[in-house]
Amino acid sequence: MTTIILFAPLIGALICGFGWRIIGEKTGQVLTTGLVMLGALLSWYVFLTHDGVTQHVPLMRWIESGSLATEWAIRLDRMTAIMLVVVNSVSALVHLYSFGYMAHDENWSENEPYRARFFAYLSFFTFAMLMLITSDNLVQMFFGWEGVGVASYLLIGFYYKKPSANAAAIKAFVVNRVGDFGFALGIFGLYFLTDSVNFDVIFAKAPELAQTNVSFLWGEWNAANLIGVLLFIGAMGKSAQLILHTWLPDAMEGPTPVSALIHAATMVTAGVFLVCRMSPLYEFAPSATAFITVLGATTAFFAATVGLVQNDIKRVIAYSTCSQLGYMFVAAGVGVYPVAMFHLFTHAFFKAMLFLGAGSVIHATHHEQDMRNYGGLRKKIPLTFWAMMIGTLAITGVGIPLTHYGFAGYLSKDAVIESAYVGSTYAYVLLVVAAGMTSFYSWRLMFLTFYGTSRAGGHGHEAHGHGHDDHAHGHDDHGHDHSHGHHEPHESPAVMLIPLGVLSLGAVFAGMIWYDNFFGDEAKMRAWFGMPAAVEHAAEGEAAAEATATEATATEATATEGASTEAAATEGATGGEGHAAAAGWTEGAIFMGPDNHVIHHAHEAPKLVKVSPFIAMVLGFLLAFQMYIRRPDLPAKLAANQRPLYLFLLNKWYFDEIYDFLFVRSAKALGAFLWKRGDGNVIDGSINGVALGVVPFFTRLASRAQSGYLFHYAFAMVLGIAALITWMTLWGGAH
Amino acid sequence: MDNLLSIITFIPAVAAAILALFLRGNDAAAQRNAKWLALLATTATFLVSIFVLTGFDPQNTGFQFVEEYDWILGLKYKMGVDGISVLFVMLTTFLMPITIAACWSVETRVKEYMIAFLMLETLMLGVFCALDMVLFYLFFEAGLIPMFLIIGIWGGKDRIYAAFKFFLYTFLGSVLMLVAMIAMYLDAGTTDIPSLLAHNFASDDMVLLGFHIVGGLQTLLWLAFFASFAVKMPMWPVHTWLPDAHVQAPTAGSVVLAAILLKMGGYGFLRFSLPMFPVASDLLAPLVFWMSAIAIVYTSLVALAQQDMKKLIAYSSVAHMGYVTMGIFAANQQGIDGAIFQMLSHGFISGALFLCVGVIYDRMHTRDIDAYGGLVNRMPAYALVFMFFTMANVGLPGTSGFIGEFLTLMGIFQVNTWVAAVATTGVILSAAYALWLYRRVVMGELVKEALKSITDMTRREKAIFAPLIAMTLLLGVYPSLVTDIIGPSVSALVSEHQAALPPKGDTQLAQN
Repeated sequence: MTTIILFAPLIGALICGFGWRIIGEKTGQVLTTGLVMLGALLSWYVFLTHDGVTQHVPLMRWIESGSLATEWAIRLDRMTAIMLVVVNSVSALVHLYSFGYMAHDENWSENEPYRARFFAYLSFFTFAMLMLITSDNLVQMFFGWEGVGVASYLLIGFYYKKPSANAAAIKAFVVNRVGDFGFALGIFGLYFLTDSVNFDVIFAKAPELAQTNVSFLWGEWNAANLIGVLLFIGAMGKSAQLILHTWLPDAMEGPTPVSALIHAATMVTAGVFLVCRMSPLYEFAPSATAFITVLGATTAFFAATVGLVQNDIKRVIAYSTCSQLGYMFVAAGVGVYPVAMFHLFTHAFFKAMLFLGAGSVIHATHHEQDMRNYGGLRKKIPLTFWAMMIGTLAITGVGIPLTHYGFAGYLSKDAVIESAYVGSTYAYVLLVVAAGMTSFYSWRLMFLTFYGTSRAGGHGHEAHGHGHDDHAHGHDDHGHDHSHGHHEPHESPAVMLIPLGVLSLGAVFAGMIWYDNFFGDEAKMRAWFGMPAAVEHAAEGEAAAEATATEATATEATATEGASTEAAATEGATGGEGHAAAAGWTEGAIFMGPDNHVIHHAHEAPKLVKVSPFIAMVLGFLLAFQMYIRRPDLPAKLAANQRPLYLFLLNKWYFDEIYDFLFVRSAKALGAFLWKRGDGNVIDGSINGVALGVVPFFTRLASRAQSGYLFHYAFAMVLGIAALITWMTLWGGAH
Repeated sequence: MDNLLSIITFIPAVAAAILALFLRGNDAAAQRNAKWLALLATTATFLVSIFVLTGFDPQNTGFQFVEEYDWILGLKYKMGVDGISVLFVMLTTFLMPITIAACWSVETRVKEYMIAFLMLETLMLGVFCALDMVLFYLFFEAGLIPMFLIIGIWGGKDRIYAAFKFFLYTFLGSVLMLVAMIAMYLDAGTTDIPSLLAHNFASDDMVLLGFHIVGGLQTLLWLAFFASFAVKMPMWPVHTWLPDAHVQAPTAGSVVLAAILLKMGGYGFLRFSLPMFPVASDLLAPLVFWMSAIAIVYTSLVALAQQDMKKLIAYSSVAHMGYVTMGIFAANQQGIDGAIFQMLSHGFISGALFLCVGVIYDRMHTRDIDAYGGLVNRMPAYALVFMFFTMANVGLPGTSGFIGEFLTLMGIFQVNTWVAAVATTGVILSAAYALWLYRRVVMGELVKEALKSITDMTRREKAIFAPLIAMTLLLGVYPSLVTDIIGPSVSALVSEHQAALPPKGDTQLAQN
């Protein structure tokens, strides 16, 4: 069954991509959509019936060299099952949605077919993503990893006539490759250390790695931490975490369904998936997870600040995605992998929905993306409005405090924040602040878009920054929006609204239904993920756990390290020999070390902590309400008063400018320099210099050769070689 | 069929002789006949070579299909293949019909052109099959001549400069190799390659002209061979002849140069340097590593600065050959498997990329990147093929380009993590220059007046690319096709290499 799920989209992509001239564009679209929907149905069946026991389905041999043996194989466990549902459901809905969204596109003239290509790319992406999540070893995962990178490159650059789209596509691919650089080194390192790239082998050897030192570059490192950090560099690239995040906002150049599928719900979560998948390793890599926590929290905060001031509707959501991914990494970093997966799961629904809703708005306003030109759309496109409203309620985390009733984002985000409270104060504080900002920018988006009066055709009150964000206009700089700008906005067709409806079910209920499985009930969660039942919280465990809590608050995120040394000490005292080896992974989709009690403590977090994200959310809402409904003149004044800060945020902390200067320009300049000076002056120059005596002869030779004597010289060469050989054999024979 | 290797080696030479002796006139009919005969001969060679592959026993790590005759002056004519060389033979026979088909539109001196390619094929096959050092040298050096002529006669504007640069560079290296071969003969008393492989060349330190030479005779011999093979590969910093040669060579010449001729250097390292001089190889491996790592970064950066499509791809070739040399001297299974795989894969991919340039060069007669832009609007099939090979060149998993890069890097990581880390940056840089090239040539609006009437690929052109696409994908998805054949021989090579080294006290992995 998983084989069918895996290959259905590939077949669809191939037939639609290469055969649409024969079967027709429409048939191709229907075929790809049908196959992905089939995959989605089967995925739900797998998800709901899966018993937590890992299954392996070998398909074919792949790279084999010495002791390295890689297979094409499927690994089906709870992690895979969750991702199957996420990927295939969102993909199927996006396929369906694209029927409407891509029906007419002003970037193409009448005789330019583009729909089949679009659907083929979408299906190809789905296939690559499925390869990534069903992989049984790191190398196949790398295949999927790069495959989704290519699909993303193709889809971001879908409007290939636009220079900005092409630039964004290349940027996405190259920045991702920077991450892949780390990922690849991580794979090499793991093979070097464990002699395998298969998950089962690596997982089993993780405790050993924690005891191993390895020399890498300039120093000696703890093997588990080193590998953990290297793999995480890969995750940073794919999941757009700080330093490697710059490609994600630019990726909004792609058509909006693509943003929903790839750059919100699935591909960008691959990094989180990788960290959770490697949990048996990360449980033994305390420094690496501390790094993940800090970086995730910082990203969540950074992206939220930038999201506050962006004017392009898709960019706001893109930064929001970046920020939410930071939340997931914090959860993984503090050791509650199921919570990371929980937020990934719910986020996929409500973020895909926000993007598709934004797409519907863009569609309705004839490809206008600047929120300053929206306003008052609530009445014009009511169904889209309600969909966006549900998405906003979900992302801002609306729910009844201290109960488990609320929108999906309420449950998962609060679970993350409670876990962060246990694991790292730094992360906790930043995440709560980011939650407030999330609420602010989400409501700002809603108010600017759907409330107030229509500002179509002219720029609104935030026009100050206009000169500085040429990027922000997306694909509307062509001028056609001006001709269409005054058209009445229209509600989107049913094919676009149905996916919104289905996703809204997920955005409302996904959190409540699966809360216990991911977070709420630890025993249930362990069974669900196929983990061995929890060790009894005996005196020893409690002691270690106490240590966890105190250390955590004291030293930020080195909690696990503290706990494990503490535990080791306890064990040493009670004479529990050999426990360290047995403490590693044995079975299940996720591994949480015996000393990892973060979930347990998160459940017991103080009430104030549990309510804190709700308070932040309400404050964010009130502020947005004040600034965009009651006093619409406030934002402009604020932007004028705090101009340096405003520009700093609007220009995304100037990351792009710095990178352009540091890497892009300098690489090109260095290339030109090496070429002209290195190859030209130094190498050719010195060789010519050495051959100075030969050159006059050489040029005479050349000038005669040009007059048609070339064959003579060839003949001379043959003679020369023959003479050399004769001389050699005779001379050699003389001895 | 005892002399199968001789048959495949000399079918093209016979065809060349027939062309030279019997084909008269230079009219259209004669030209057509010359092309068809060349195509027929190369195809026949390929078909016969399939028997070599099917008859080859990978588990036997010795030489197979061995034939040995007395030859002039007491020399031996000895041919044979093992797991390391057999696939290079296949690569050559596979690519030559494609090359011939790719020069179908040549109109000047067609007969001579075909003769040059046919002779080139014979000489290249000879290099990979020869089991006698003198025979190897003969084929190795003589191979220069047809290539020299192909560049010098059918090349571009500065062909004479490029041809001589090509010739001088590669020939100067070879002179040192010849001296080394004489020394080897004096030391071992034979020119028979299998015997030389079994011979232990002295590796005690020696003093020569006042210099203390660590590794003694082996080091000297190694360096002499290195001079020749490094130029051939080409390795940084003796690579500068390659971009010039490529730019001036006609399309088919570039294809053969990149796809097959460069591989002779790598093959030489595997056949001579590594197994015959193990101590020197071990001693000098860091030199090779750093030259390779620098090559990867340096040439990738230089590729970013190029305006000429062929130059860009030529520099990219140098970078890819960096992985090969690195993998070979990592001297472990993954490194060498990867190096051989990379050479084969590069044969398909770089060959195809030069053909891609050829397709638009034939139409527009310029290789200047700025002269293009927006080709996708009129050439969708071309855009697809070019995209595919761009991605393969970048080393996308699923294409053969990935396997070679991945294995060589994995091999080197076990030996030297610094080199591995520096070399791995190549995956970033290659993506940058390759996609940027693609963007400037293929993407965007089609605005240039001259391009408005450009036509998409013809059926012949598509047919040329089809087998290359098939091989790139097949080897990328199922690389065992290659590793099953080379594995045992490489494994034997590695274990003999390890055995020949003096025992080392420290292990690479510091465990505690």
